[in-house]
Amino acid sequence: MSFVILETVIYRHGDRNPYSRAGVSPSMTDGNGATESDVRHVAELARIDLSEDEVERFAEQFGDILEHFEALEEVPEVEREPELVNVMRADEERTSLSQEDALANAPETEDGKFKGPRVG
Amino acid sequence: MALNAYITEEVIESDSEGPLSGTTVAVKDNISTEGVRTTCGSAMLAEYVPPYDATVVKRLKEAGATIPGKTNMDEFGMGTTTETSHFGATENPVDPGRVPGGSSGGSAAAVAAGETDYALGTDTGGSIRCPAAFCGVVGIKPTYGLVSRYGVVAYANSLEQVGPIAPTVEEAAELLEVIAGPDERDATTRDATEENGEGAYDYAAAADGDVDGLDIGVPTELLDGADERVTDVFWDAIDDLESRGASYHEVDLECLRYAVEAYYVTAMSEASSNLARFDGVRYGQSGGYDGNWNETFARAREDGFGEEVKSRILLGTYALSAGYHDKYYKKAQDARAWIKRDINDALEGADVLASPTMPVPPMEMGESLSDPLTMYLADANTTPVNLANVPAISVPAGETDGGLPVGLQLVGPAFGEKDIIRAGSALA
Repeated sequence: MSFVILETVIYRHGDRNPYSRAGVSPSMTDGNGATESDVRHVAELARIDLSEDEVERFAEQFGDILEHFEALEEVPEVEREPELVNVMRADEERTSLSQEDALANAPETEDGKFKGPRVG
Repeated sequence: MALNAYITEEVIESDSEGPLSGTTVAVKDNISTEGVRTTCGSAMLAEYVPPYDATVVKRLKEAGATIPGKTNMDEFGMGTTTETSHFGATENPVDPGRVPGGSSGGSAAAVAAGETDYALGTDTGGSIRCPAAFCGVVGIKPTYGLVSRYGVVAYANSLEQVGPIAPTVEEAAELLEVIAGPDERDATTRDATEENGEGAYDYAAAADGDVDGLDIGVPTELLDGADERVTDVFWDAIDDLESRGASYHEVDLECLRYAVEAYYVTAMSEASSNLARFDGVRYGQSGGYDGNWNETFARAREDGFGEEVKSRILLGTYALSAGYHDKYYKKAQDARAWIKRDINDALEGADVLASPTMPVPPMEMGESLSDPLTMYLADANTTPVNLANVPAISVPAGETDGGLPVGLQLVGPAFGEKDIIRAGSALA
């Protein structure tokens, strides 16, 4: 059977990463840096498969990079000006992409809709 | 040897007459061009053909420009050398065998080699200024909000801006005039006339080379770790400006020591969210896998993304994950606020801030790929500018004894593009 995606979700700047709610990650900077199982866990949260080579290299690199990021602990708390405001437009109909154009780059479509992978 | 400056060489003609009639403007391949593929340097989007033009592309066409093609770049803008492109590295035309800088390396190389009159790049943490410096041309990172990002494929929205690359400051200013201005399709754009009144966009006229009375602040933190070959050229350029009536004083900005960390945590976090959209269903390569969606998307993303992109998505996911958000992301936002405040304060006591654009001369090809942390640290002088939302220009300051280009960066206050254009035009 096949599924059809009816709606798409657009993650906007300011939203929390949707994958981050999936669970607590192990620390990659305690002890001897990142382990390969840490890297696999975060890759699963990010929905990215990795080759064995990549897991090995990332485990080696992430420990160093995250250790470097830890310098941020020395940064004092700074008062931030609330300078961001929502900019809204009137909710009026206006020209947008045609359905055909919106679907033109989809690898698979069906009846004017995006078609996702076959499940099972 | 071919430069490999372009990913797609397909000419887009304009049917309008305007200030750019008879000229060519190459466009970085993360900026949407209707009907011409826009790959972001990624296998994920190798076949992606946008159904609409980015606002900046629309403005180029209205100004009469011919677009000769889409330029090579680090995949999704993630790199400092243009070596992470799925379509192969770009050579530095000044010294083949060395990188052109990145991520807008194709744009800067094409301008430096005379393959195009001007080019557009995007700058999230230095991606216009770095390649401009490494290729010996001029690049401007505009104030956040000056130029529309509508139709630009997002990497880290709170940091990036589209900007011009050209042989001279005056030409870069001409191109900036065309692309700048508010856009109802990008709610983060602002109208510069509200800040600076009538004539706010007359950038080219500001390129008069007049630095008499100019007060330059030099942040010592941005020279401390720099290569001596670079600082020698930098101080010669400052001497040159002094001989024409400018003066300089050193400023101490402790906050700048945390810019690289604050930038990478912020950019990776935003990237992990932005690049979640690439699942191969609506666009991009799907791999044609069937089964559980989490698993099929993970396989499509494994195939479609290169190693540096995966690495940044993973680190961003980690930095935002429960238990680490306060330690990384929140502290990075504190550092950003600190940097912004202190740069603005320093610009109360100086007209512009000057530093070498890059702390090192152009690297040899292949040197950086296996050591991402060292590559990140090369962004020490450019990243504070994006974090502070202010404009900066990189102008050629001269060459090392070995003939490698060195760029001088001038930073101005928000919407102070004319200040950095005027000062920079004294050098190039």
